[in-house]
Amino acid sequence: MKTKSLLAGAALALLMSTAAHAGDVRIMWYSDGVEGDVMKDLVGRFMKENPGINVILDNVAYSVIKDQLPVQLEAGNGPDIARVTAIKDLSRHWLDLRPLVKDAKYWDDNFGAQADWMRPDGSKQISGFMTQITLTGGYANKTLFDQAGVPLPGPKATWEEWAAASKKVKDSQKLPFAMAIDRSGHRLTAPLLSYGANYVGQDGKPAPLDKGAKDFLTKFVGWVGEGSFAKDVWVSAAGSTYRAAAEDFINGQLAFYYSGSWQVANLTTKIGNSFDWVATGSPCGPAACTGMPGGAALVAVKYTKNPKDVAAVMDWFAQEKIVKEFSERTLFLPGHKGVVDKGGLDFKTDNAFAKAALTKYVEASKTTADTALKLPGWRWSDTVYAAIVTRVGQTLAGELKLEDAFTRIDADIAQKVKDSGL
Amino acid sequence: MSTTSLTDRLGSLLMAPVHLLMRIIDIPLRAVQKTTGIGGMAAVFLAPNMLIFGIFVLLPLVINFVYSMTGGTAFFLSERQFVGTDQYARLFQCANYLDPMSCQEDAFWTAVGNTFWFVILQVALMIGVSLITALILNRDLAARSFWRAVFFFPVLLSPVVVGLIWKWILQRQGLLNFGLYQFGIEPYTWLTDRNWTFIATIGVSIWAHMGLYTLILLAGLQAIPKDLYEAAEMDGTKPARVFRRITLPLLMPNLLVVVVLALIKAVQIFDEVFVLTGGGPGTSTLYLTQYIYETGFASALRNPGLAAAASILMGLVLVVLTLVQLGIGQRSEKKGKR
Repeated sequence: MKTKSLLAGAALALLMSTAAHAGDVRIMWYSDGVEGDVMKDLVGRFMKENPGINVILDNVAYSVIKDQLPVQLEAGNGPDIARVTAIKDLSRHWLDLRPLVKDAKYWDDNFGAQADWMRPDGSKQISGFMTQITLTGGYANKTLFDQAGVPLPGPKATWEEWAAASKKVKDSQKLPFAMAIDRSGHRLTAPLLSYGANYVGQDGKPAPLDKGAKDFLTKFVGWVGEGSFAKDVWVSAAGSTYRAAAEDFINGQLAFYYSGSWQVANLTTKIGNSFDWVATGSPCGPAACTGMPGGAALVAVKYTKNPKDVAAVMDWFAQEKIVKEFSERTLFLPGHKGVVDKGGLDFKTDNAFAKAALTKYVEASKTTADTALKLPGWRWSDTVYAAIVTRVGQTLAGELKLEDAFTRIDADIAQKVKDSGL
Repeated sequence: MSTTSLTDRLGSLLMAPVHLLMRIIDIPLRAVQKTTGIGGMAAVFLAPNMLIFGIFVLLPLVINFVYSMTGGTAFFLSERQFVGTDQYARLFQCANYLDPMSCQEDAFWTAVGNTFWFVILQVALMIGVSLITALILNRDLAARSFWRAVFFFPVLLSPVVVGLIWKWILQRQGLLNFGLYQFGIEPYTWLTDRNWTFIATIGVSIWAHMGLYTLILLAGLQAIPKDLYEAAEMDGTKPARVFRRITLPLLMPNLLVVVVLALIKAVQIFDEVFVLTGGGPGTSTLYLTQYIYETGFASALRNPGLAAAASILMGLVLVVLTLVQLGIGQRSEKKGKR
């Protein structure tokens, strides 16, 4: 009798655990700064308000999102919700939330501007929303500039002017490098566009590298060669592997660092009072002074077994008050039209540099080039980025001549387009 | 009661469940034996192992081969197009195999070249270092067990840990440069210099794996009869001649096993190098396994078919090396019987 009771108890426990699994929503999340902690807090609040849904927050490295998540998705697996940056490239894996969310019009009105970035071409689906809108831009170590007696270049300063000023600081302060740019095609695209590059051909597919792109890449390779730009970050990997140069800037080893708005919280936390820093916006080229927009989106994955619970989670996190709180606490630029229009964001930091940086990014977003605004929603962006990073990396490592790199970039992109069968 | 009978009783008591189990298993096995005959029983016992081998080794191999005959970026076979030998043709499309840049898949041929030189240099140095270490550890050293453990310890580390440890040592602001700086030597960017990085990958992999090979060689050295050395000593034979005429020939079976194992392991090099250098600078430490991984899984638009074709080619190289190992094993066995 006792054994039977035990078995019955075990069976009941098993059934209860299965029932709990039915309400599980797993979120794959990565962090650039403090957003992982903020998200953990918000998830806790969501579960208190919605006891029937158990949200599991998996904090992973960005490389997992970039390299492993696509493989999981291709195999029809993956989390229920994910925070991703390759939002267009993977859009065929996102769940259409339109029939599941409480008020689709609210989503269209507030997240409609970026909706195309995260859905297949021609579709009207609601895939998710941007947790942050980002813009690439520069950071200068003001203390180093001051110590070197070199004035910070003005708001319309060109890449050449920044390179020259940073080199003076490097020489004066005995820095290993004057400038650095993340090993990322997205980052490199901003100056390429400022030099007049246009990736998109008339048929909507990638165009061969044009004069604008070649002009900046030639200058960039030259600057790395003469030691103005950090070589380490670009040659420290093969292929299209992402590498950030933030640590060098945080350690006071760089006069100028080109990355983006998502670094504000990271720099604020890690630099503290070690030195003064300023966000500079994007240096100018002959064609524009543009940064590259982008961001990370929270998207629902269509392979979920709990679409209704997923939609409930997405609805909760997409609320205006939650988006506002998330942005204020993470120091991210919001992607919610209502929050942006109403303004009054009270970024939760006492750090004057962070506040000034965020203001600078809002200002810089007004000069974003049209081509730059289209690229996040273009299907081939990541293909072009990968080819450029791979071949420029090889050139900087001394394996390729620049002219050969240009030829290879075009050939690589053409081959990838052919492989895709589109 | 004597101690022996007590031990016997305890033994019987402990073995009782085993005997019971054997009797239970015996019933179906006898039935099977009646059907298959005694000769067929070998197959019955091998079946579970073969089933696991088939599911986890043979089936993936066949699926991989099928993948190598398909094109496109989709992962599911049902969504992929049959392209015959196109992927192989693409890998072999080359004006000059010695100049990777003349090949359509230049990264593949760069990886092949890098892997070739890595295997040659790493295996040669690995054998040399392992042999010297084994010879030293075979002597009457103080704290000999401690030193044996020290050399074996890196084998226990995960390759990712190995890669990270050496990255922290070799990076621009790493431990090595810090040490050099203390002696007034300018820091150097070891991991961005093509030549140094290649050497670093060889050195790190030797550090990580030599413990195992040293252990195999040490076992061989300890199996050599001591009287041979005593006789040589009485004859006044020089140490170098003792090594050449006694140690080396008698160590040869172990040495051959070590060579083949080291060769196979070197061809498969991936994890520690991936963490240490990411394949860079440029593609100077891009080895074949990383090429396959990046082509199949990590590039912006993956090409599983091309990665599968490259892995089939790599598999063929490993099959040849394994056959060599089997041949050596069989030859040693025959020699032993004689």
